[in-house]
Amino acid sequence: MSQITIALSKGRIFEETVPLLQAAGIVPAEDPESSRKLIIGTNRDDVRLIIVRASDVPTYVENGGADLGIAGKDVLYEHGGVGLYQPLDLQIARCKMMVAVREGYDYTAVARPGARLKVATKYTKIAREHFAAKGMHVDLIKLYGSMELAPLVGLADAIVDLVSTGGTLRANHLVAVEEIMPISSRLVINQASLKLKRSQIQPIIDAFAGAVTPGK
Amino acid sequence: MRNWLLPEYIEDVLPAEAARMEQMRRKLLDLFHVHGYQLVIPPMLEYLESLTTGAGQDLDLATFKVVDLLTGRLMGVRADITPQTARIDAHLLNREGVTRLCYAGSVLRTRPDGLAQTREPLQVGAELFGHAGVESDIEIQHLLVQGLQSVGIAGLQIDFSHVGIFRSLVKNAGIAREQEQGLLAALQSKDKSEVAELTTGLPSDIRNALLSLADLNGGIEVLDEAQQRLPSYVEIRQALQDLRHVAQQLQDCDVLVSFDLAELRGYHYHSGMVFAAYAQGYSGPLALGGRYDEIGSSFGRARPATGFSLDLRGLATALPVAENGKAILAPYADDAQLHQIIAALRAAGEVVVVDLPGHEAHRAELGCDRTLVKQGSAWEVVTN
Repeated sequence: MSQITIALSKGRIFEETVPLLQAAGIVPAEDPESSRKLIIGTNRDDVRLIIVRASDVPTYVENGGADLGIAGKDVLYEHGGVGLYQPLDLQIARCKMMVAVREGYDYTAVARPGARLKVATKYTKIAREHFAAKGMHVDLIKLYGSMELAPLVGLADAIVDLVSTGGTLRANHLVAVEEIMPISSRLVINQASLKLKRSQIQPIIDAFAGAVTPGK
Repeated sequence: MRNWLLPEYIEDVLPAEAARMEQMRRKLLDLFHVHGYQLVIPPMLEYLESLTTGAGQDLDLATFKVVDLLTGRLMGVRADITPQTARIDAHLLNREGVTRLCYAGSVLRTRPDGLAQTREPLQVGAELFGHAGVESDIEIQHLLVQGLQSVGIAGLQIDFSHVGIFRSLVKNAGIAREQEQGLLAALQSKDKSEVAELTTGLPSDIRNALLSLADLNGGIEVLDEAQQRLPSYVEIRQALQDLRHVAQQLQDCDVLVSFDLAELRGYHYHSGMVFAAYAQGYSGPLALGGRYDEIGSSFGRARPATGFSLDLRGLATALPVAENGKAILAPYADDAQLHQIIAALRAAGEVVVVDLPGHEAHRAELGCDRTLVKQGSAWEVVTN
């Protein structure tokens, strides 16, 4: 039997993936939050996990560094998803991609076709396409974190970011004004792996599919 | 100064690897030759329009462009040789019957591509023009399998699809062009939730058929399942029958056969059966091929066509490191008998390297495993 490698990221995705792995009879040997290891074994000799940054999951899977992976739709959208299979919406790590502005900023008055907006975001592709579809010009400022700061210090008029509870926005006096798309995590598969290791991978897909809790 | 620095994803092929790639290239071209495929050497660059029509219509972004100072027109460095052979068949050879062509040459891609993640694949391929039936598909597939096996690829798997199935569903449901593009992308990545979203307004049988396509991959049982789950349009029945037939034809070739009916690569120019070769140890397809009838029409003459191509650099990535060749070191001497012996050894295929005076300290670099030594009055080959 060949080795199956699954790429996961730490944090919420990992926590919510554990029950799915369990359904496929896979139990991680260690908890990545407490272990510093990047390759984690499982109870199955033929399955191992690798711990990578969420935005790197599609790259590892596309190039065969991992056979399977779990990545948010946001990450897949930015990556382009070319060369990957993404057969299953796992309905985990659910949140929304949203436009947010400073409290008191009149977004509806500004967001008209032909208008020009300064937008700070980590998700440049999603932001570019969203505003282009609305007929607006945007100047994008690529940031890697703490996006909420940008409107407060005058770096940008609006931000495009993931919102799950809205707590961070509220704490920083920002309001979400527009939903761009709902986000949840997908199972992604290397194309050659699905062909060549089908007898091992298909049961994992089926088990995951059976364990998915349908969304609202 | 960094004059030695090469651009990203552009690399030199060094002796051991080059020797192996050249051996593979010769084996493949010799095999094509004895099957009646005639070698063509199309130009490195052409006017852009001829490179990016027909089979090349998805290649615009992949093509490096230069301005022709003689005419002011835009030229492209070829990113794929297939459209060039289609042009040669349609416009230059003008044969009425079956034309078999093959080629081997470098192509350039603006972005790294394929197994070797290179911007300069060494493309080798064979194309068969002028025959529309499944018999020519089978010939091409057998040639591919034999070619890959002859260069040492083991554990081969050929994965089949047929773009006619999706095309027939689109046609019968009257799906608009824009929706077709969206469905195409969703099916290519087997993104069922996206397919579900895009098909909400369609008749339920078409919708279910499109959703099933994403699941229809695996062994021969996929064809039976497809027969049950897909509508029985003539084109779909014919496609499934052809797929079944080619699978049977590959039974004795020591390859695994699989099917993936959502595989729609090259949908814009492919017109029938498509296939890809996979093998253990490779993280992507080794070779791609399929039928592309009607492509010649952009060069003035529509001709049925089928073929495949592969990247030799990609093929070499998972093969074990090539061993250094064996060679014989001959002293430098003005000796007629020695010259005769050297000539005879070379005629027999041995590599004989002459030890030029002044570099005795660096003999090891020459990689010779034997030496020509004078024993009494005769020259003999002695193992080091």
